[in-house]
Amino acid sequence: MKIELRQTPFEPLVELGCYQAAVDERLHGQYGATAIFIGTMRDLNEGESVRGMTLEHYPGMTERHLQRIVEAAFAEWPLLDALVIHRVGDLQPNDPIVLIAVWSAHRAAAFAACRFVIEELKSKAPFWKREDMGAGFALGGATTRRVDRRMRWGWLSGMLRQ
Amino acid sequence: MTIDVKYFASLRDRLGRAEDRLDPVGELTVAGVWAALWPETPLPPNTLAAVNMEYAEPTQTVRDGDEVAFFPPVTGG
Repeated sequence: MKIELRQTPFEPLVELGCYQAAVDERLHGQYGATAIFIGTMRDLNEGESVRGMTLEHYPGMTERHLQRIVEAAFAEWPLLDALVIHRVGDLQPNDPIVLIAVWSAHRAAAFAACRFVIEELKSKAPFWKREDMGAGFALGGATTRRVDRRMRWGWLSGMLRQ
Repeated sequence: MTIDVKYFASLRDRLGRAEDRLDPVGELTVAGVWAALWPETPLPPNTLAAVNMEYAEPTQTVRDGDEVAFFPPVTGG
């Protein structure tokens, strides 16, 4: 099992290939199914174009909860191995955000566990996305003004803004 | 001993600071820690809290030396 936070861009399929070599040494002939999820940054969110994004995390708590989520998957399904890599820091559109891979004897367990890990990660692991919307227009009282750069936190940020 | 308090993401930006230290007086809850540091500011809706990196309810007791964090809903993946 490997769980990692990555500060710099990564290639999920290269990472997967490297890890697969280790899996093959250890689990030769045992796994019949590998399920993979790759999350990638889009250039559009809620109808607005996004120039870039910063992923913040809570050092210590994030790693602990990722570990716990993967352990819960192992407790629920007969998994043979798992790999999770999640980006933090600055991202550009098309940059991979997360790679999840799980190995099991059968596809049902592999699919279910992979889905479980991404859904749990999204709702429980402390990551926060801050989007850079680039230049545009901001509403301020009765006027609309041009702004050089707009930043937006996650999908609920509007509710937290004063 | 003190209680270390951390703020993350949009909440940190809104408050204008990333952390605080609190010298506890008597027994405190998570909500009590917030109220002691921000008496004029109600805890924003949907704010989550953690004590020693575990999610915590507002009623959870906080002890001397604990690390308390407040942050908005998480948006990873």
